[in-house]
Amino acid sequence: MNWPETFRTGAEAVRAHRMRSILTMLGIIIGVSSVILTVGLGQGAQDEVSSQIDALGSNLLVVSPGSTTSTTGIRGGFGSASTLTLSDADAIDDEDVVPDVARVAPVTSTSASLVNGTTNWTTTLVGSTVDWLDVRSRDLSAGRFYTAAEVASSAPVVVLGADTAGELFTGSAVGQTVTVNGSALTVIGVLETSGASSSDSSEDDTAVTPLGTAASVSGTTGTSVSSIYVEGASEGTLGAAYQEINALLLNLHGVDATEADFTITSQEALIDTANSTNRTLTVLLAGVAGISLLVGGIGVMNIMLVSVTERIREIGLRKALGATPGSIGRQFLVEASMLGLAGGVIGVIIAVVGAAVLPGLIDQPVSLSLLATVGALLTSLALGVGFGVYPASRAARLTPIQALRSE
Amino acid sequence: MGDPIIELSQVWKSYETGAVSVHALRGIDARIDEGEYLAVIGPSGSGKSTLMNILGCLDVPTSGEYHLAGQDVSTMTEVELAEVRNRRIGFVFQQFNLLASMTAWRNVELPLVYAGVPRAERKERAIAALTRVGLGERADHKPGELSGGQQQRVAVARALVTEPAMILADEPTGNLDSESTTDVLELFDELSQLGRTIVLITHEYDVADRAGRQLVVRDGQIASPIGAA
Repeated sequence: MNWPETFRTGAEAVRAHRMRSILTMLGIIIGVSSVILTVGLGQGAQDEVSSQIDALGSNLLVVSPGSTTSTTGIRGGFGSASTLTLSDADAIDDEDVVPDVARVAPVTSTSASLVNGTTNWTTTLVGSTVDWLDVRSRDLSAGRFYTAAEVASSAPVVVLGADTAGELFTGSAVGQTVTVNGSALTVIGVLETSGASSSDSSEDDTAVTPLGTAASVSGTTGTSVSSIYVEGASEGTLGAAYQEINALLLNLHGVDATEADFTITSQEALIDTANSTNRTLTVLLAGVAGISLLVGGIGVMNIMLVSVTERIREIGLRKALGATPGSIGRQFLVEASMLGLAGGVIGVIIAVVGAAVLPGLIDQPVSLSLLATVGALLTSLALGVGFGVYPASRAARLTPIQALRSE
Repeated sequence: MGDPIIELSQVWKSYETGAVSVHALRGIDARIDEGEYLAVIGPSGSGKSTLMNILGCLDVPTSGEYHLAGQDVSTMTEVELAEVRNRRIGFVFQQFNLLASMTAWRNVELPLVYAGVPRAERKERAIAALTRVGLGERADHKPGELSGGQQQRVAVARALVTEPAMILADEPTGNLDSESTTDVLELFDELSQLGRTIVLITHEYDVADRAGRQLVVRDGQIASPIGAA
């Protein structure tokens, strides 16, 4: 019997026992669709984290006070005891000392109540330099950002985040006045919403003023800053910039590496951390789904063995009519492979539908991965073939008399 | 008498059951010529089923020689035997052995599938064989929609379709009522008149009487080797 005939016979047998075929495929269907969906969920979460972090600027270094590497735990800390100062930021900005840095934006951050008439809104009051806008890769949707002259004179101006502006003003915010701790500040611009997810509202709920303005309205003195944002000259030299800043600050603070009282974080490191967590979970879940795929394959073998026993007379007849052991073996192998592959195809269809429906139900993006889909399909075919071998060889080995005589 | 289709010489078949070996066939000598209508008759346990298995190339003798259409089949491998069954022998079984999920003509074409005959030719030949047994109109019926006699005629059509050297019928009327029995036996008569070689295995003497020659098997031996070489 040639291959087309073998496939035709296999397809007929699968169709003739429709209900049993579906039940046999069920394990494979569930396995394939859950492998694709778990990998898709993991991929979706990774993509989301990457896009959020990318929106912050990809060649960005953040220097923050305190260190988690110290043997005594976190040293220094946030707030008044901050170990980072404006002079640190000025030092990093020195092109001769730190050549791989393009822009530096020291940032102070305090919580403040913004008032417009009877409307009151508490947000994060950020004090920074003019480079803040570029370093954070932000744009303005209205108005303008403050100038270097306004920074120098600590002018009473403020740029609002999109959400903050929306909370405080019904119409255009530009040109209006907000009061912070009794000081009146003129709104000169509104920030474009950041590319990050809407659930991460802090990026859009903020008020940015010149450093001196922030210090005077919140009544803080001193020169400590909450963090220093550093934009590398290029993505390729970010590693070098990291080394330079690290060496510079260790030197300025008069400590060695084990006692560092600051931490430098790159966006890349954040992505790596987030992704490695996601990857671990994805691998774990996909592993569980993979096991169910394997169990599905065993189900195929089980049913094929039953099928060989049930159709023993058919096997005997086919042999009497001239079927060789090889063609009987092929017939059952093809049947098992078809069950595997058909289960895989149905599983993929369910996964595709699931990927379209699930994000609406669980608020989680699902990115279908071509690799996982093709891999799951091939695995289901391989399971059909692999677990079909034993039943097929049993069928092939039956002698025609044995098979014909059985009742 | 034509050329010999079948020549058995000193065919033995033994089965080992534990320490005892059972001799089902004890030195069978027989010759069947082309165009003969022969009945192998014997009570149950006589070894006639074993003989039928060997004649049908479903089994090989323990010792002795079996020539079918000039070929020595007693030393063939399983794959070679499958080809001999496919090309040289047309089986008719007591249980009909039709595949219930397939229509009559699909059942009849089955041996041609294993012979590698192209699809269009298979259907043509299957319909022709069904027409010859008087069931041309029923080609698209499934076995369940046919009477027992009709089912056995479909089985005969399946045996004829490859133009085999011999039709081997194992108790073909064992599951039929008397009317259908007559029906099927008349079909064998017709085929015999057309020059077909038919070997019919039975335990009923009135069925065996229809054949041109009877071979009585008793205790694994030929009891009346009438016409044997």
